[in-house]
Amino acid sequence: MTIFSDIGRYLLMIKGMFSKPENGKMYWKEFMHQCAEIGVGSLGIVAIISVFIGAVSTIQTAYQLVSPIIPPSTIAQIVRDTVILEFAPTLVCIVLAGVAGSRIASELGNMRVSEQIDALEIMGINTKGYLVMPKIAAALLMIPLLVIIAMVLGIWGGRLAGAMANILSGNVYDRGLLENFVPYNVIFALIKSYVFAFIISSVPAFYGYFVQGGALEIGRASTKAVVVSCIAILFADYVLSALLL
Amino acid sequence: MIEVKNIQKRFGNRTVIQDVSTVMKAGQCNLIIGSSGSGKTVLMKCMVGLFEPDEGEVLYGGQNFTTMDSQAKTEIRKEIGMLFQGSALFDSLTVEQNVMFPLDMFTSWPVKKKQDRVNEVLNRVNLVEANRKYPAELSGGMKKRVALARAIVLNPKYLFCDEPNSGLDPQTSLVIDKLIKEITIEYNITTVVNTHDMNSVMEIGDYILYMYQGNKEWEGTNREIIFSKNQRLNDFIFASDFLKDAKDMRMLEETGRIPNHRNMDLLIDKDAPPVIPPSKDV
Ligand SMILES: Nc1ncnc2c1ncn2[C@@H]1O[C@H](COP(=O)(O)OP(=O)(O)OP(=O)(O)O)[C@@H](O)[C@H]1O
Ligand SMILES: [Mg+2]
Repeated sequence: MTIFSDIGRYLLMIKGMFSKPENGKMYWKEFMHQCAEIGVGSLGIVAIISVFIGAVSTIQTAYQLVSPIIPPSTIAQIVRDTVILEFAPTLVCIVLAGVAGSRIASELGNMRVSEQIDALEIMGINTKGYLVMPKIAAALLMIPLLVIIAMVLGIWGGRLAGAMANILSGNVYDRGLLENFVPYNVIFALIKSYVFAFIISSVPAFYGYFVQGGALEIGRASTKAVVVSCIAILFADYVLSALLL
Repeated sequence: MIEVKNIQKRFGNRTVIQDVSTVMKAGQCNLIIGSSGSGKTVLMKCMVGLFEPDEGEVLYGGQNFTTMDSQAKTEIRKEIGMLFQGSALFDSLTVEQNVMFPLDMFTSWPVKKKQDRVNEVLNRVNLVEANRKYPAELSGGMKKRVALARAIVLNPKYLFCDEPNSGLDPQTSLVIDKLIKEITIEYNITTVVNTHDMNSVMEIGDYILYMYQGNKEWEGTNREIIFSKNQRLNDFIFASDFLKDAKDMRMLEETGRIPNHRNMDLLIDKDAPPVIPPSKDV
């Protein structure tokens, strides 16, 4: 039963976000702050994982393609498509659910528990609008950008690993990248990343915003937020793939 | 003026506030007193709408706040300043930014004017040279004062203070009490203060509401409190012998008599020279 009331409260929270800002400048400032937190704050980890994912993809694809009939440039194609279709959007977003999601949940949870949210309410500020909306908006802007960066770095990582392990040279890899390229894949990946960005920001915001209790509950809420976000991402991934591919 | 009508608040099946009604006038300090857990904070939060009362309503200047739509509520809230029991400062902002926050949000003043106003209120709460510190770097009492500064920076029409001087030393406590009293009169604010500090009750309490286990047990002025026969109130307020003596002094000043409520023989030294009542300016 709580799941239905949670969904109801979640939807009400989303609805409550939309109201005229008390002061556009302050909302903009908060939005920029969140962009920096979510975007710049997660750039390092996103860069590291995407390079490694690309590298590992190349090596493992080469390991599985033993047939001499298949040209080595196919490896580049496979790496390109798996990185664009799945690894860059889904894996990066799962990691971001941990990094950015837990930060959002604990920030809001702390504000709730220490009555900072109440203090804002008393001033006559729509806290859903001022605290939650800029986080979601910032995620919608920054996470697709991070996914694009992850695509580029992942493919580059694959090229690097291919050359280092003598699997295929950079030239061959580059040629492979251009073979049978489907631009729609990138669009599909971006659609996914928008959906995931919304999940990563709104689900943790929900768990943080409605925390009850003390410091212990903040920790619980942020763990729960990450778990639920991850499940929601995988579920959405499945649904979108079934619908759009 | 704030009117509270038959407020009731339950958590689960536990009733925490039981049918409380009162009227809090502008230009005076309205105190809510009571022991820990008696429901002061909950009552205050019901008044400002942070808790939805299960029954009853709250009226601000005659307007029914409880049934208002959220937009009208927002308008009233812009006139409310509140100091939370736990201060509720924004951790990510410095002292100065905390106090400036309401100005940033609701005024379009130039930076210089905002800065001046911030310094002015920080001065009034006796807090200088902490402007660039973060809340985590402050003592509990300093946080309280920053929170008070933030609550009054926009010159509210209604000021709510949840235990403004718990955790403060007696001297600072007095400064804060005086400040609350001063601005209440100066700007004709309807001030509501939760406290268990008896000094505040005597110093600033124009009107006092005594809560006992979620019920309104007694209400009246701070002159009436001296003469009240309510046993629970007396046990609560004049808990120590020191306070009982203070009460007797007050009574003596007011009426020239001390009631025979304890064994005066113990207090009176028969061989001592006659007692000269203390003059006020000593
Ligand atoms: N959110 C809540 N959920 C459930 N019970 C609560 C909640 N807030 C307060 N209570 C209960 O309501 C009662 C009154 O609490 P309240 O905080 O109003 O006390 P108080 O008079 O302010 O005490 P103190 O002087 O210690 O601040 C307490 O018994 C408390 O357990
Ligand atoms: Mg309290």
